[in-house]
Amino acid sequence: MNQILSVILNAEFGYSVLRVSTPILFATLGALISDKAGVMNIALEGIMLIAALSGVVFSALSGSAGVGLFAAVVAGGLVGLFLAYCALKLRTDIILSGIAINLMASGGTVFALFLIAGDKGISSSLASKVLPKLNIPGISSIPVLGTILSGHNVLTYVAFIMVAATFIFLYRTPLGLRIRAVGENPNAAASVGIGVTKIQYLALTLSGMMAGFGGAYMSMGYVSWFSKNMTAGRGFIALAAEAMGGATPIGSMLTSLLFGFFDALSNTLQLMKIPSEFVNMIPYAATVIGLVVYASQKKRRERKTLESAGAASRAATAADAAAANKE
Amino acid sequence: MTRNQRLFEVVRTGLAILIALLIALVIVLTVSEDPADALYKFLLGPLDSFRHFGNVIELMIPLVFTGVAISIMFSAAQFNLGAEGGFFIGAIATAFVAIKFNLPPVIHPVVAILFGSLVGSLFCGLPAALKVRWGASELVSSLMFNYIAFFFGLFLINYLLRDVNAGAMVSYTFKPTALLPRLVPKTRISYGLIVAVLLVVAAAAFMTKTRWGYRIRLTGANARFAQYSGINTNSVVVYSQVIGGFVAGMGGSIELLGMYTRFSWQSLPGYGWDGVIVAILARNNPLYVPVAAFFLAYLRIGADIMSRYSDVPNEFVTLIQGTIIILIAASSFLAKYRHRLVFKEALESDAKGARR
Repeated sequence: MNQILSVILNAEFGYSVLRVSTPILFATLGALISDKAGVMNIALEGIMLIAALSGVVFSALSGSAGVGLFAAVVAGGLVGLFLAYCALKLRTDIILSGIAINLMASGGTVFALFLIAGDKGISSSLASKVLPKLNIPGISSIPVLGTILSGHNVLTYVAFIMVAATFIFLYRTPLGLRIRAVGENPNAAASVGIGVTKIQYLALTLSGMMAGFGGAYMSMGYVSWFSKNMTAGRGFIALAAEAMGGATPIGSMLTSLLFGFFDALSNTLQLMKIPSEFVNMIPYAATVIGLVVYASQKKRRERKTLESAGAASRAATAADAAAANKE
Repeated sequence: MTRNQRLFEVVRTGLAILIALLIALVIVLTVSEDPADALYKFLLGPLDSFRHFGNVIELMIPLVFTGVAISIMFSAAQFNLGAEGGFFIGAIATAFVAIKFNLPPVIHPVVAILFGSLVGSLFCGLPAALKVRWGASELVSSLMFNYIAFFFGLFLINYLLRDVNAGAMVSYTFKPTALLPRLVPKTRISYGLIVAVLLVVAAAAFMTKTRWGYRIRLTGANARFAQYSGINTNSVVVYSQVIGGFVAGMGGSIELLGMYTRFSWQSLPGYGWDGVIVAILARNNPLYVPVAAFFLAYLRIGADIMSRYSDVPNEFVTLIQGTIIILIAASSFLAKYRHRLVFKEALESDAKGARR
């Protein structure tokens, strides 16, 4: 136990929490944007995989990490658009569409990898590029804080900037207001002239782009290659993180960090004498527990609102009855 | 559903499959040096030898189990994807009985399979229980539980059942008494096929002839209505998932005892996801599951044969599967024609009524 504590209290551990939180955070923000528009993007997992491969392939082809990142984000957006097309135009259940996309992504990326790199497992034969790490002047020289906050991959900083950007986008722009209106009540939104379908198309595309950033980080920052099914459920964890974060940008960030914490913990515990299988389970088990805690609290809150509403209406009826009696 | 509408569904399914195969054709044409040979291997490879056709039937058996499992689970409108983990953890439980217990033949596999099924049903019941009790999304929690089942299963194999002398990470060999005997010589088709057939009949009867099955279907079609008609929908949600998990666990157990002599899976086998495709193709009707499972198994084996003898990797089959899921589940795919059909039938029945 002491050993575990000493690991957690280490500044290096703080660094690795931010490092492993990054892809989850991107995907969680993606889940948030689509959820705000009332559509569930379960394809995040597959989108991240496709983006991760696109990043590797296009950075290897062009010799530029920037091009790779651009390709990954575009690929993510396109898959998001495809999901929107399936769900909104073809009217396939959005969850089944997501399952189909995840399935196609897990096989399709291996298929493409084999055609391009001649290997079904890993892209090591491609000379792909890595996005740079940033040392933040000023902060990097502060003792503990510098170790935790400085020297991260550029996308880690982008992820946290995206939290603010998403907040501003959703709550401070007309378009964000429309997205929230559509998610809150599509009929009401339509009645004031908002194109519900158009907004949902947009939200799913943006959601895909956000997951695209996450995918790019996986293959061009977290590690420097693409490997089969490398996202390992992060897209699904993001769905849980978004729900648990109360569907707000700040909450999503906090829950992403929480899952990142358990992910980092499992990475460091692997060095100790705990069976690695148990350690590997930690992030997923933490997600289930978090999901249950969040859902049960939400249920209780709803019941309370319902009860107070019921009490209010009973009081109103009683007052009405009293008034009627007087007359 | 009238006969015409049913016929329409068959045509729609066929068309979806055709479109998916056309996409496959385009992929093979662009990718392969010798597309004709690759296509020949893909489409007719499973028929070119007794052994290859045997492979199709071998693969069909687990798909029938997960297909039936998902059909029952989805019939209650629950997106529980735990069949994947249920299949895996059921197989682990079976491996435990097959290795550790000493039982006479016949009884040994029966006990092992029942134990595996039970573990599978508990596993798939978990997300449903969490949903009913606390309102946690069964979709997300079942996905997480799949990973947990995977790592926990590997842990059990590694620390409890691992054969240290085997070199690779595999379990001890199963007791010979536990193995399912071969049904068809020269293939690996076991008596599991017969169990699969019985299961399909039993599941179909359960869903259409018993009040339990009726409650599941009603809850799935309209949970509010079911509730107002006095059905305890919470209990329906739980028992439908428990039954589905039982079937999934049974599938894993039978796959293991029919096809292997030790536990050697290093990743989730993916049959749970395939079950989703099978269930969608079969419209959640257990009676259609074998047809859908056969079709999917045929595609898979065809792709395997093709990748072995040509330059097209077999993963391209997932692209076909994805297309099929999207098109068949797409309610606006050919919806115009369905509306026209329903409209025409309504007119006709109106006209008949008027004449009377």
